[in-house]
Amino acid sequence: MQTEPHFTETSAPSDRRGFLRHFLSAWTWRMAWRDSRTSRRRLLLFFGSIVMGIAALAAIGSLGSNLERAMAEQSKALLGADLAIESRDAFTPEQERWLRGLGGEQSREISCSTMIFLPRTESTRLVQLHALDGGFPYYGELETEPPAAAEEFRHTGGALVEETLLQQFGARVGDTIQAGNLTNTIVGRLEKVPGETVVLAALAPRVYVSMDDLARAGLLGQGSLVSYHAYFKFGSDTDVAKLVERIRPQLEKFRFRPDTVEERKRDLGRSLDNLSHFLNLVGFIALLLGGVGVASAIHVHIKQKLGTVAVLRCLGGSVAQTFAVYLAQGTALGLLGAVSGSALGIAIQTLLPRMLADFIPFSFRFYTAWPAVGRAMGIGFAISLLFTLLPLLTVRRVSPLAALRLSYEPSPARRDPLYWLVSACLAAGILGFALMQSRDWRVGLGFAIGLGVVFGILTITAKLLMAVTRKFAVAALPFTARQGVANLHRPNNRTLLLLLSLGLGTFLMMSLYLVQRTLLAQLVASRIQNQANAVLFDIQTSQQTDVVKLIRSLDLPVLDDTPVVAMRLSSVKGRAVESILSGENPPRGRRWVYRREYRSTYSDRLRDGETLVAGQWVAQVTNDTEVVPVSLEQGIAKDLQVGVGDELTFDVQGVPVKARVASLREVEWRRIQPNFFVVFPRGVLESAPAMHVLVTHVSSGEESARMQREVVRTFPNVSIIDLTLVLQTVDAILGKISFVIRFLAMFTVLTGVLVLVAALLTGRHQRIQESVLLRTLGASRAQIFTILLVEYFSLGLLGALTGTSLAVGAAWLLARFVFHVSFVLEPVPMLAALLAVPVLTVVTGFLMSRSVMNQPPLAILRSEI
Amino acid sequence: MLEVRGLTKSYPGIGGSLTVLKDVSFSLPAAAACAIVGPSGSGKTTLIGLCAGLDLPTAGGVRLNGVDLGALDEDGRARLRNHAVGFVFQTFQLIPTLTALENVMVPLELRGQNRVRDQAVELLARVGLAERLAHYPAQLSGGEQQRVALARAFINRPKILFADEPTGNLDAETGRLVIDSLFALNADAGTTLVLVTHDAELARRAQKNIRLKGGAVVNDE
Repeated sequence: MQTEPHFTETSAPSDRRGFLRHFLSAWTWRMAWRDSRTSRRRLLLFFGSIVMGIAALAAIGSLGSNLERAMAEQSKALLGADLAIESRDAFTPEQERWLRGLGGEQSREISCSTMIFLPRTESTRLVQLHALDGGFPYYGELETEPPAAAEEFRHTGGALVEETLLQQFGARVGDTIQAGNLTNTIVGRLEKVPGETVVLAALAPRVYVSMDDLARAGLLGQGSLVSYHAYFKFGSDTDVAKLVERIRPQLEKFRFRPDTVEERKRDLGRSLDNLSHFLNLVGFIALLLGGVGVASAIHVHIKQKLGTVAVLRCLGGSVAQTFAVYLAQGTALGLLGAVSGSALGIAIQTLLPRMLADFIPFSFRFYTAWPAVGRAMGIGFAISLLFTLLPLLTVRRVSPLAALRLSYEPSPARRDPLYWLVSACLAAGILGFALMQSRDWRVGLGFAIGLGVVFGILTITAKLLMAVTRKFAVAALPFTARQGVANLHRPNNRTLLLLLSLGLGTFLMMSLYLVQRTLLAQLVASRIQNQANAVLFDIQTSQQTDVVKLIRSLDLPVLDDTPVVAMRLSSVKGRAVESILSGENPPRGRRWVYRREYRSTYSDRLRDGETLVAGQWVAQVTNDTEVVPVSLEQGIAKDLQVGVGDELTFDVQGVPVKARVASLREVEWRRIQPNFFVVFPRGVLESAPAMHVLVTHVSSGEESARMQREVVRTFPNVSIIDLTLVLQTVDAILGKISFVIRFLAMFTVLTGVLVLVAALLTGRHQRIQESVLLRTLGASRAQIFTILLVEYFSLGLLGALTGTSLAVGAAWLLARFVFHVSFVLEPVPMLAALLAVPVLTVVTGFLMSRSVMNQPPLAILRSEI
Repeated sequence: MLEVRGLTKSYPGIGGSLTVLKDVSFSLPAAAACAIVGPSGSGKTTLIGLCAGLDLPTAGGVRLNGVDLGALDEDGRARLRNHAVGFVFQTFQLIPTLTALENVMVPLELRGQNRVRDQAVELLARVGLAERLAHYPAQLSGGEQQRVALARAFINRPKILFADEPTGNLDAETGRLVIDSLFALNADAGTTLVLVTHDAELARRAQKNIRLKGGAVVNDE
């Protein structure tokens, strides 16, 4: 039959080759391809689970590169000038001379919060009024409709009004607006201002007028919140950073705050970095979850291939040869997943810029950032390969004896040193990526540890469930329920995998949702507790009695009436502020606490939302008290490095007032009411020039509009914040943010569903065999249905319960330590999750197993073998 | 060709170790045919597993084709199997994802040999399966599967062939056809044959019979 001997030295060197040569040999890949014949579709689905994670990473990475490039291209438009100098007081002639001496092209801007009134629609609204003089912006432009309006308002008068504001009140170009004593015509719709985001504009819509018009409005009275800006455009030979360093002492003397393109870029870069790090972490979670799916897929695949491996070993295949075949399959599918994921990511990234447009202060063109896509592909492939290797190691432990004895089991993985090595590499890979994605290594470490804890708790829960159902099988249960429960702990069960995927998916979604609800509830709760939803401010002392009368005449309550006195610090613990700032060790990063304007109040009682944490509260002093006992907010006391008993001197509009820290307060800043760093006792500041803040409650939009109209008509300098409107705006902004987060979380959820399908498929073969056997023995479709229902529903419910509980813990931690607000537990969405997850599991499970119920047993057996 | 000396195999168990093979010794010359017989659980499968180097004995040793199996590591024993040993199993053990032709080619491909298709086709034709080259195991009857397994066992021209109950899963007629093929190939290639069987008629066709009971040789004729 055969004419030449086969056993020659030249034909038998296969096992002497290194593993790499086996891996690269054509036979290995041919065998891998042949071996995958019956399981290609299933394997592809499994590897689909990493596609979403890689797609998210590729899309987000590419977006980051787009933003960086756009920022570099348009950096000067972020500020609109080379240098901006801001003051809270009007520039004095001396300061103006000094500013002029700095040279370059210059512009001035004055901005303040004020009420505007639209006579045609009879509506009022708090706006940020900007008055411009000069050619600002020098870089980028005020985008208006009609475009000529951006120049027209400076020369011929008229107002540019924010697009959102016009939409809100149904106003249009040509209408008139009133601000203070000024009546002006709207000459254009304002669409974009260099360096500012649409989100910011939603909170305080902008109106631009000329400097002359602002003067006519007569709004710049004592106590109003006004900012003064000087903008500079220098020649290309001016080094702005050096200039700022040179003039810094003078800037500090004048209490001016400089802003340069570089600083703006740095700040923006930091926030964009944070955004992209956060989004990347979401993508990474999807990838990790996908990794779990891949590991489970390979685990089941290999389990089904143990017989083939044993036969190959019997026929003389070496450990390296057989391992190489299955590694080739894992590698090919990982590559396929990485390539498809990247392609999907490129498609998706076209959507992201549009979704994030409101949060980014410049427009940018979209392009595909190949390095970012390549990086996502590489990371995705590496993670997929690491997750593949873990279950693949089983191949190395398959004895050829298994071909003779079908019941032969490979030795436990824990005894294999390579198992520990690969596990360590996997942990190191996850930690390394988490660190790479985080600005702060502690955040990365915390994230990796947190993820490890969640994985750990879910694993322990799954193991406990298996142990409990094994140990405490309830004999009294009907047969079908007993079978369903037993499926949770039987060999080849999906308990661990399903609990991991369902629990992790639920955890991520619920954490995001609960944090969002907690933040919103905080605002709503403040409104309900105080019954206050309208704040009137900038009320002069001379107007206070009349404003109160007006409010009462409209049948509205005056819930709070707080005086506000502007002052500055002149010395701390006996040292002059100038000396502290220019001394040997000037405080770094907290300079503003020395320079800022303090808007303080006087009161004989602690206000709502305040708690005394140190010292004694002093309610009243006589007006001849030399050193006034004051109460400081604990955060500002920490920044000023003062405690109870330390002395401060305030400059109250030219009058020095010595003070001693008598107490420290904790202030709930997120309450919608005036809050103060410094509270004086009664008896000292009553005669100082003050403005008043008044809080009332309006029960409807109409009542609010009527009150605003009356107040603005009689007291044009008084500003009103309608908290209902603010709440609506904040809600809309949070809605936009949460939409972006949910869009990204969708990757995780889709991956979760794929992993769920994969997890259900892993045990499908065995469940089908069992179900067919039961059907052959006479089980009805209803009985099979009940068995599967019990198994899937138990897993879904426990996954949802564990995930939700972990989410409550995580959301509580975030609320307490990151957002510093009280955690709000919302039972309805939690109950919805507890219902939705098991239902999703059951539905998916039935879709996977429908052939068992719809077809005759023999047909299924033939098609499944 | 095969020399077995004092072969003992024990497995650790809950109540102490369980000895499944006790001090078994025998030897076979090249081209001989030997039947190992005995009741279920007497250690037959364990014995051929040890003889083929699929497992290691607790005591004693095996020399196969002049090579001491105990001196080789797992990959060394695999290499020896690939070049000197053939297998036929009771449950055929064809790889379900490979066609009949691909199953037969595997042993030579594992050596790194290419262009082995013709040899595999010729062997399949010899066992009467020339028309079934592209069929998968699930598309073949039990007898056909076992004949593919025979062709696979002989493609590397083994010095020794181990057959574990080769007719155990076949009806009498098909079993006889398979056995005829097995002996014909054995005669053509001069291969030493070691058969595990319950079939007395089949055992009689071998020159040597080893009867096992309780893990020990009770008759060696």
